[in-house]
Parts: sequence; structure tokens; C-alpha cells
Amino acid sequence: MSAAAVPAPDPAPDDVVLEARGVEVEFVTRTGHAARALDGVDLSVRRGEVLAIVGESGSGKTTLARTLMGLERPTRGEVVFGGAPLDYSFRGLKAYRSRVQMVLQDAAGSLNPRQTVYESVAEGIRLHRRDRSDEQGRSEAELVAAALAESGLRPPERLFLRYPHELSGGQKQRVLIAGALALRPEVLLADEPVSSLDASIRGEILALLLRFRQELGMGVAVVTHDLGLAWNIADRIAVMYLGRVVECGTTEEVLTAPRHPYTQALLSVVPEIEQLEPVVLTGEVPDPSRIPSGCRFHPRCPKLADGTADRAGVAGDCVGTPLPVLPATGDHRAACHLA
Amino acid sequence: MSAVPETALSERTEPLLDLRDVTVTYRTSEGPLPAVRGVNLTVAPGQVVGLAGESGCGKSTLVSTVLRLQPSGAKVEGEVLVLGQDVQTVGWGALRALRWAEASIVFQGALHSLNPVQRIGAQIAEPITVHEPDLGDAAVQRRVEELLEQVGLPGARKRAYPHQLSGGQRQRVMIAMALACRPQLIVADEPTTALDVMVQAQILDLLRDLVRDLGVGLLIISHDLSVLADVCDRVLVMYAGRVVESGTAAQAFTDPLHPYTAALSGAFPRIGDPAARYAPAGLAGDPPDPRELPPGCSFAPRCPRAVDRCTEAEPPLLEVAPGRPVACIRVGEP
Ligand SMILES: Nc1ncnc2c1ncn2[C@@H]1O[C@H](COP(=O)(O)OP(=O)(O)O)[C@@H](O)[C@H]1O
Ligand SMILES: Nc1ncnc2c1ncn2[C@@H]1O[C@H](COP(=O)(O)OP(=O)(O)O)[C@@H](O)[C@H]1O
Ligand SMILES: [Mg+2]
Ligand SMILES: [Mg+2]
Repeated sequence: MSAAAVPAPDPAPDDVVLEARGVEVEFVTRTGHAARALDGVDLSVRRGEVLAIVGESGSGKTTLARTLMGLERPTRGEVVFGGAPLDYSFRGLKAYRSRVQMVLQDAAGSLNPRQTVYESVAEGIRLHRRDRSDEQGRSEAELVAAALAESGLRPPERLFLRYPHELSGGQKQRVLIAGALALRPEVLLADEPVSSLDASIRGEILALLLRFRQELGMGVAVVTHDLGLAWNIADRIAVMYLGRVVECGTTEEVLTAPRHPYTQALLSVVPEIEQLEPVVLTGEVPDPSRIPSGCRFHPRCPKLADGTADRAGVAGDCVGTPLPVLPATGDHRAACHLA
Repeated sequence: MSAVPETALSERTEPLLDLRDVTVTYRTSEGPLPAVRGVNLTVAPGQVVGLAGESGCGKSTLVSTVLRLQPSGAKVEGEVLVLGQDVQTVGWGALRALRWAEASIVFQGALHSLNPVQRIGAQIAEPITVHEPDLGDAAVQRRVEELLEQVGLPGARKRAYPHQLSGGQRQRVMIAMALACRPQLIVADEPTTALDVMVQAQILDLLRDLVRDLGVGLLIISHDLSVLADVCDRVLVMYAGRVVESGTAAQAFTDPLHPYTAALSGAFPRIGDPAARYAPAGLAGDPPDPRELPPGCSFAPRCPRAVDRCTEAEPPLLEVAPGRPVACIRVGEP
């Protein structure tokens, strides 16, 4: 069964609602070293658009989502919402969070086990006084019921008094989404929204995200390591590696004509029966306190290892010349000396 | 069409694992819970068998019977033969000998089950010293290093604590532990769940190499059919405690006959397929509570192809084509 296909929207290219401009986020590690988890990121989320942020574990996806949400403060660069830099004061952030919502990685862990479904969803509505500002004059209970129903939990009243342990994984994820949705945010940030769920439930949750951007014109940024998911719902893709966007473009461009060897490798290992020769990269994303010289991907790059870069005369650059930060223009670009 | 036991299909040599009509029922305060209902399955040396199905369909329960590790409140019926011995009835001595040395399990969620305050080398050494108490300390240490290298980690990593390792590295340690006593059969319950695609590919490569190099038999459990399609020789699909379809990995993934298998397979879009753009596929609803199974086919309430007849009787697992047992009365119907 396939959810009804939603036609691709045509977001105006300048309809940017949320932006990262040259964002750097540095952590101090246990050993006292500076680790730059984000090392210059330009990214924009447009209204009515689904942007997928993809990459291996440790590439900085969650840090980027948290920074866009105002939960981490950039050590350099800025987050811009609706044209203005984010206001990090208590009031500024509170106002911001009624307009930009985030669904965290690990749905199960982010619901309070002692709170009923009703309480979880009502919490945000109360905090942001959404019942007072509702144009249709709906009560808190009506808003909670509407958000649950919109998130595919029907009939909603039957779930009001349930606790998280009485719900399936898919239901928990939908409750979290309902909580975010109840506030009618302009942007929804979803960190790995389906990675802990069965494939069968995945479709429903993804269809939900598509509906929000279609019916409510929401901008959606979804963090995932699953390229199939991106193919299913994303309009654009940003591929991250070690704190940088290394390739970006429309979903068709990035997934059917990838230009960065990293993107090509990620695509080659998507499990499928008759597939390209998988390029399984060795090792993992390095620790951001030790960013390699030149192209940050070069120690794992199959194109450098197999001599392609050398034959193209760029092997020296790969090892020694850093690449510039990709601009968030929306064009298909790759940060690679070969591309 | 005739009913065939799964054993007849995949038997190449004497199987390492032979589950015959295995049923597991938990005792719960709300009555008996039939988690596994009449499963037949075999794993031969050098063979990789996959078991797929959504959460709650009974996969881990089935795994627990292989080394008689099911909770005491669970009743197991049928035969669980590991190298010809019925695990459920052998004495404690024989069972202890079997665990680790003949068969070992990489448990689901094992990533969190390593002891956080013990170096990983000591944890890998533990089953070795239990099974080979006469082995000197130096020999044990050498074996630990060999095992780590076998799973792609430097031997010196034995001094690391679990928190110093990434998720993928910890999963490698779990696999090294499973290999510690050179078993012939390995069962891996959701070995790549929660790992990202590249680490998943690395772990699957590792498992494939181990089967090729050591000739062990491997049973992999996953809720992700695409993972199984990639590494398995045969795949069995479970729903509500029963096997509803089995076949080669390619058949199950690209030519599913049961509507449930089709839904699982359809949930993975082929990248580049225009039909999958803005059309995520899935399956509505949740699997039934095993205590309240719907009448007839357990899958009927969620099945896009269900008709009235489907609720009359539980469909038997019938071989609808050579090597293709399917439990659906509508197979072959338009
Ligand atoms: N609070 C933190 N303190 C120190 N390092 C961190 C912190 N959060 C993330 N990191 C590091 O930043 C890098 C990126 O992590 P993360 O954003 O979680 O990546 P992803 O979500 O892509 O897996 C990792 O190396 C991680 O260890
Ligand atoms: N110890 C137990 N006691 C009672 N019921 C259990 C127990 N363990 C699992 N179950 C139930 O048995 C069924 C199968 O669970 P499980 O074997 O864990 O499935 P899977 O591994 O496929 O997710 C589920 O309905 C689950 O709730
Ligand atoms: Mg993350
Ligand atoms: Mg399980």
C-alpha cells in the first residue's frame, strides 16, 4: 500500500525561512581539546520544502539540528530565522520555539514515562498559550485531539489517558509529532524520525511529514542516514561529513548523479539485491578534534586510494588544499577537488 | 500443492540448527501469550538464513529457545535440535557444553549489554576461560587479540572500555565474543539495528566473511528485510508468531508472494524509481496482540488483498512453487 502521492511543490527559491550562515560549533572534549563538530555550515530551509540532512553517525547532523533549534549556540556564524538573527535571550528562545519545533532522535526516550499522552501534547499548548490564540477558539482538549488525529492517532480520545509504555514505537513517534504539530510551527526539525521504527510504520510517519509541508506550508528539515527515506520525501539534500556540507542539490541530482565520492559510497551500500559494486568505506568519521588536512574526507576517499585523483592531477590538493564551504544557493555542488 | 516442512527444502548437509514445529507460549497475567506458533527452520554449515518480521512477531522469542534461554514462565513445544541434540531436553552439563562452544548468540541490544567497567579484552576472555580452564593466561590473551583482529579491530583495543568504542566497534566486540569458543552456529539478533548504513555494511561484510572463512552457519534476525536480502541465502518471514513465507533472499525481496512480505519489501524504495518519489509506502496499523489473534489469517485485518474467506481459517504454509512455502489462500489469484 502506498500513501497517495503528493505532488512536488514549487517553493520559491527565495522563500527561505531558516538559515545557517557559516555556522561553527566547537565542543571541548574530555581531554581538553577543541572539537569542531560543525566547521562552517551554510544551509537554508525554505517554506513548503522538505530538506534531508544525510551522513554517517558522527558527521554532525544532530549538532546542526540542535543549533538550528537554538539548543546549541554557534561559536562562529549565525542562525537566521525569518531574516533576523536568532535571539538567544530566554524570551527570544521561547518565542522562537513556538515557531520552530524539533522532534528528537529516540522517540521512546523523549516522552516522559509518567506523563499521559494528553499531558505530553498539552504541555506545549499551555506553555505557548496556543488555546488563547486559536482562530477557531478551540479549547485545549480540542487542540490536543486535533493534533493527535492529524498525526494519524484516531480516535484521539482513546489515547488521552495512555502512558508511553502502553504505546507501540510508531504510536510514540506520532505522539511526539503531534506535540510539535499542535503549535503549528513554521519549521519542523526531525532528527532520525523513523530510524528506530519498523519499516512498515516508516511510510505512515513519512507521509505525515509530507502532508504537513503540503497542507500547512511547513518547512521540514529531516536528519537521516537513510537515503531511501530521502528519496521518498525530500526535495533537497545536504550531505554532511565531519562538520561540513560536502554535497548539496535537489534529491534527483544528489541521489541519481552524485558528484562527491562520499555520496557515491553512501549510495552504493544501500542494501538492495541487484546493485552497484558496494564501496564499503573503512573506519568511521574521525573525531572532530582531529580534522584531516586538505579535503577532510581524503583519508577514507576511494578515489584517492585507487589513483583516480592522482591521474586527474589533484592528489596533492586532496591531501593539502582545504576546500571552501559550499554556499547555500540551491545549486548542485560538491566540495571535492575532482568534482 | 502440498504441505512441506521447511527442513526438506534447505537441507544440504546435516543441519546445525533444526527447529521442528516450535511453539512458545508465555504465561502472562492476562492469559497465555502464544509468541511463536509452529515454526520450522534449519541452518546448514556455511549457510546464512534470515528471519524477518515486524517488532513483536516472535523473532527474539524463537532465538531464546536455541540455547534454552527463554524465561522460566515460557512453555516450549516441538524440537530444538542443535547439532542433533534437543536443547530443550538435554541435561545441564550437555547444555553448558553446547553454549558458546557449539552455538552462540549475539543478542539484540547487545550494544548496551557490555559491562561498562570492565575492559573488553576481559569480557571476551571470560567464555574462553570457562570453557578451556587449562588454557594459560598468555594463550587466552593471544586468542583475545586474534579474535579482535578477526572482527577488524586492532588487538591492542582489548584494553579499551566499552564507552571508548563507537557503536559499530562495540558490535564487533559482541561478534568477537560470540566467536570466542569457535562455535559452529551463530545466531545474531538484530545485529545492525541502530547502526548507520556504512557501519551496517561493514558489519554485514564481516559476517559474510566469517561464514565463508569459518564455514559456520549463521541465523540473522532483522526487522529490516533489505538487510537480510543483502546477505542471506534463505529468508523466512514471520507474522504473529508464524512463518508466512520463505524463499531465497532475492525471491522474498523482489518477488514476494505473501502480501505481508510485499509490504515489508515495498517499504524500501528503489532509489531512482520515480514512482517512489513523494510516495512513501508502508503498512497501516500494528500487528495483533498474540493473546487476541483475529479469526482466520492473522494478517487479514491489515491485508490489502483480504477477502471474506480469509477470516474463516488460518491459512496453512503450502509450497506454491518449488522452494516457496507461502501461507496465503490468495496466492496466484488475480
Ligand atoms: N556535547 C558534545 N560534546 C562533545 N562532543 C560532541 C557533543 N555533541 C556532539 N559531539 C561530537 O560532535 C560530532 C558530531 O556529532 P553529532 O552531531 O551527534 O553527529 P550525528 O548526529 O551526525 O551522528 C561527534 O564527533 C560527536 O562526538
Ligand atoms: N518475557 C515475556 N513475557 C511475556 N510476553 C513476552 C515476553 N517476551 C516477549 N513477549 C511477547 O511475545 C511477543 C513476541 O516478542 P518478541 O519475541 O520479542 O518479538 P520480536 O523479537 O519479533 O520483536 C510479543 O507480543 C511480546 O510482547
Ligand atoms: Mg545524530
Ligand atoms: Mg526482537
